[in-house]
Amino acid sequence: MVEEADKASARPRQEQDKKTSKTLKVTNSLGLHARAAAKIVELVKQHDSQLYLRKDDQEVDGSSILSILTLACPKGTEIEARAEGKDSERLLRALENLFANKFGEGQ
Amino acid sequence: MTGQDKGEKKILRGIPVSSGIVIGKAHLVDRNQVKIYYHYLVDEAQVKKEVERFREAIQKTEEQLVNLKNNMPDYIKQHAFIIDSHLMILHDGMLTEATEETILRERINAEWAVKRSLNNIRKMFGEIDDEYIRSRLFDVENVTERILRNLSGEEQESLADITNRVIIVAHELSPCDTTEMNVSKVLGFVTDVGGRTSHTAIMAQALEIPAVVGLETATEQIDDGDLIILDGTSGEVVVNPDDTDIIQYQEKHLRHERYKSTIQRTSHLPAETVEGHRIAVKANIEFLEEVAAVRDHGGEGIGLYRTEFLYLRSRGVPSEEELFEDYKEVAQIMSPDPVTIRTLDIGGDKFASDLTVAKEMNPALGLRAIRFCLKEPQIFKQQLRAILKASAHGNIHLMFPMISGVQEILEAKAILEEVKEELDRGGIPYDPHLKVGIMIEIPSAVTMAEVLSQHVDFFSIGTNDLIQYALAIDRVNEHVAYMYQPFHPAILRMIRAVVQAARSAKIPVALCGEMAGDPLCTLVLIGLGIDELSMNPRSIPVIKKVIRSLSLEEAKRDLGEVMKMSTAREVREFLVNKMGPELAELGLEEHLPTIREAL
Repeated sequence: MVEEADKASARPRQEQDKKTSKTLKVTNSLGLHARAAAKIVELVKQHDSQLYLRKDDQEVDGSSILSILTLACPKGTEIEARAEGKDSERLLRALENLFANKFGEGQ
Repeated sequence: MTGQDKGEKKILRGIPVSSGIVIGKAHLVDRNQVKIYYHYLVDEAQVKKEVERFREAIQKTEEQLVNLKNNMPDYIKQHAFIIDSHLMILHDGMLTEATEETILRERINAEWAVKRSLNNIRKMFGEIDDEYIRSRLFDVENVTERILRNLSGEEQESLADITNRVIIVAHELSPCDTTEMNVSKVLGFVTDVGGRTSHTAIMAQALEIPAVVGLETATEQIDDGDLIILDGTSGEVVVNPDDTDIIQYQEKHLRHERYKSTIQRTSHLPAETVEGHRIAVKANIEFLEEVAAVRDHGGEGIGLYRTEFLYLRSRGVPSEEELFEDYKEVAQIMSPDPVTIRTLDIGGDKFASDLTVAKEMNPALGLRAIRFCLKEPQIFKQQLRAILKASAHGNIHLMFPMISGVQEILEAKAILEEVKEELDRGGIPYDPHLKVGIMIEIPSAVTMAEVLSQHVDFFSIGTNDLIQYALAIDRVNEHVAYMYQPFHPAILRMIRAVVQAARSAKIPVALCGEMAGDPLCTLVLIGLGIDELSMNPRSIPVIKKVIRSLSLEEAKRDLGEVMKMSTAREVREFLVNKMGPELAELGLEEHLPTIREAL
């Protein structure tokens, strides 16, 4: 991961690393539990950007399932998602869909 | 204690989560952690080697987990995601990167560094308020244990190696354990932790293997190889039983098997007394997902659909669409059988995120249910619209909770009419003959039953609240909980008065409290003339069976006796004497001890 960051910074920053952020609401009944957190991590893996999730004044790495769990987000929590990287917008859109679909739980 | 010693007899009690009785040898799943030693790494080469060794252990752990996942038997396939989450934990920065950093920075051995990472994670999780998330720590421990075993080269104790039929005794079982387990060799499960929704419980039910969980100290009190009797119906675990216990439990086991087979055969027969007097037996449900169980258990409709869940879940008001879809689906699945939807029965405090309502001193007597709905007509109207719209798709009845007098019915019905007009204007279809009823659960409604009956299509007696309000006891207050007496003569008289009022108005009367699902109460309720009993889906086959064994005439005669009694104790004793042998004959005596305890 360290190597990747180096590569990115070698390129002109404004073209490569777009920063985007969005406020998302946890609407599935169980909140951000293990399965939901796992889906977020999975999503981050499929993209070329970093994801950070913030609740109140705590911000965590969106590629770490344990960090996401420690945010402890029950239903109704609002979190701010911030993505950095070349497909940051795509990542946030996908994330937004995941939240809107209640992580595929159908509830 | 050696394996040869016959240990002391002990009886442990836990939460029964999967029924059935088995006798067998305990197989203690040893979760004693790998011994960990501290080493200081003297030179760079050693540090480098240690990181390498750690990475290999991670690699090996990953292979094991992937292997487990690929070999997961079908019945627990739906839990495969737990192994996925274990894989994610395995590669989580808090574990891998943190451990490598510790090795590099502090020059300590991999085992010690892993333990350090685990402790850090444990600390972070320990600060979380959410019980569910805190319990995920179990997954992290599971993964680190695997890593540590791979580091030490110690073989993980594999449940695949069980050769004799045993009862598994463990602190807690993970889906990995279950996957590895040779299930055909497992007679039952006993665990220290867990509840009705724990993994062990779900899995045991899926496999139809008896299980008792939440025994707290089972792994300390049971030695490997101890003979144990596991009763997944009562929650009892007898360690080192004597011969009498064994004989008793064998008989109980046979009865359970017989009971299961007859109950399944008869649950779809109508609930009619020997004279052919038909009682409607329906289910109380809270979630859409329960509807399948209602059908499976022979339920003839939903007598009480509690609608709070969608509101509590969203901590605010769900959308009309969301409500409509939910109600419509329940109605469609149950159609043509009726679904009685009870409007919102919670207080304003549950809407904390949307409305600011002060905490009440006495919520049971506070602004809740119909009182809250009449005060917040927007919320009420939205729910009524959803219910009305859904009524076009099945057989829906509407029911208002916590009615204390006529005024509330008039107001609620006026709002209902407004909503109907709105739907008419929009050309939106609904059932114009939608039946409207009320819960009878406040003593004033009992007194006014005759008047109330003129305004509604049915009554449903909610005995849980009625008992609480009539006897002035808070059920959750342990100091007075003993006074919660369904057989209190006052309660029986109240039910009788409600039935009489319903009779003269020619409207049906249902009963949907816990009494409905208690086989000891059935005789009295039939005698009182209740038309419909609505209960937990699982109780349906039992109650149907009891009804089919009763005679209405006899029940009325027995009721005459009961109504002469002046204390709950007398009534209870009469019923235990009367129904005990009856229930035993039906193979239902296993319901008796729990009933006795409850009284």
